[in-house]
Amino acid sequence: MTRYALHPQVGLRTETFGALAYHYGNRRLTFLNDDTLVTVVRSVGDHDDVESALDAAGVPAARRDVYRSALARLAEAEVLVDLAGVESSGDVAR
Amino acid sequence: MKVTDRLSRGLEAPICLTWELTYGCNLSCVHCLSSSGRRDPRELTTDELFAVVDELAAMQVFYVNIGGGEPTLRPDFFALLDHCVASKVGVKFSTNGSRITPAIARRLASTDYVDVQISIDGADAATNDAIRGVGSFDVATAAMRKLADAGFGEFKVSVVVTRDNVEQLDDFLALTEGYGAQLRLTRLRPSGRGADVWDQLHVTAEQQRVLYHWLLDHPTVLTGDSFFHLSALGEPLPGLNLCGAGRVVCLIDPVGDVYACPFVLHDQFKAGSVRDAGGFTKVWRESALFTELREPDSAGACASCGSYDACRGGCMAAKFFTGLPLDGPDPECVHGHGEAALLAASARPETGSGHSRRAPVLVPLSRRVGAG
Repeated sequence: MTRYALHPQVGLRTETFGALAYHYGNRRLTFLNDDTLVTVVRSVGDHDDVESALDAAGVPAARRDVYRSALARLAEAEVLVDLAGVESSGDVAR
Repeated sequence: MKVTDRLSRGLEAPICLTWELTYGCNLSCVHCLSSSGRRDPRELTTDELFAVVDELAAMQVFYVNIGGGEPTLRPDFFALLDHCVASKVGVKFSTNGSRITPAIARRLASTDYVDVQISIDGADAATNDAIRGVGSFDVATAAMRKLADAGFGEFKVSVVVTRDNVEQLDDFLALTEGYGAQLRLTRLRPSGRGADVWDQLHVTAEQQRVLYHWLLDHPTVLTGDSFFHLSALGEPLPGLNLCGAGRVVCLIDPVGDVYACPFVLHDQFKAGSVRDAGGFTKVWRESALFTELREPDSAGACASCGSYDACRGGCMAAKFFTGLPLDGPDPECVHGHGEAALLAASARPETGSGHSRRAPVLVPLSRRVGAG
């Protein structure tokens, strides 16, 4: 089950088009160009899994795949951390 | 909407804010953008600096590029650094390295959210010192050694590309990587004292082509999007490829005046002051100048050029300080339109000597060779 949280080194700033995310560690800037995506990114750490975060943000079934893949890309860019992946690989203990 | 269009209309806060803390400097580089030398008695007080940081934190400015002058000459420099970090405003500061001791290097290495950028303008002492002054190469490389020894990791080495050092790009990269650092190249602007040496030192058309291909071959070299005018040569360079002045970047000078970018310290591009009612926030969001800069660009004389989408007419500061119209070609336009325009340009704006201690003299290359 996929479970994300906002990366602890990422700052999010609301903008008219959505938000800017800045990673203080790798100093990369990412554009979030959709208000619903920003809502999901801000709240995803409070949910046990991605689906419940998408439910809470009111993302309709037909749009789920788009949001799932956007979140996966944000995890690759280290804007999000994949908690399920971290726990299963034992990184938390290190 | 494309990212560049979105950015052109401005943001709630700058992405990249340059903050020059002092006009004081122990060097007198011939191309200094801010004509630094002597401190200005009107420079912001420590309390005022801290208040600006609090404002930047409230605006969620992610990080500031601190420079000068030589910022570490301010006695409150490290207190300010600590206040930025505690406020979650990241810092990258530019220095000539003269104040980096082993203890300071260790302290910097142990602080998250702080990055250091050391400036050199030649890959050897002779080339560097002709621009930055005798002994400055050794001082800078000694500071790099101290940062490397302290385990800082990937600090930055920043180079202004000139006619005399453009042949040394591979040497700069080797030198930088030798200290575990990252190379950053930026464009020579005809700003500040740079106006006095630009004709002699700006890269030639042929050198620009070599530089462009070198940058494409070395995508990890940082440029601060400095060379976006070269994107008109073909494939775009990595980065945003737009002039960010007043849109995504701006500059706060040592006395608190806010300018559209670090390269236009001139009244025409002054948007206000952090000392005004409403502070920096109001200047950024409401000043007449920044509002105007966020209007869609007019391509002007460049409208009929097929490369306009790639270079967007180039650098506003480079045009302004060489007497060219702002809605025409960049003086270093890769298609040669700037060179033609320069033949019949307006008088260049008066820049004065700023805070220079005395006019530094560029030693001609012919005398430099063999002098060392």
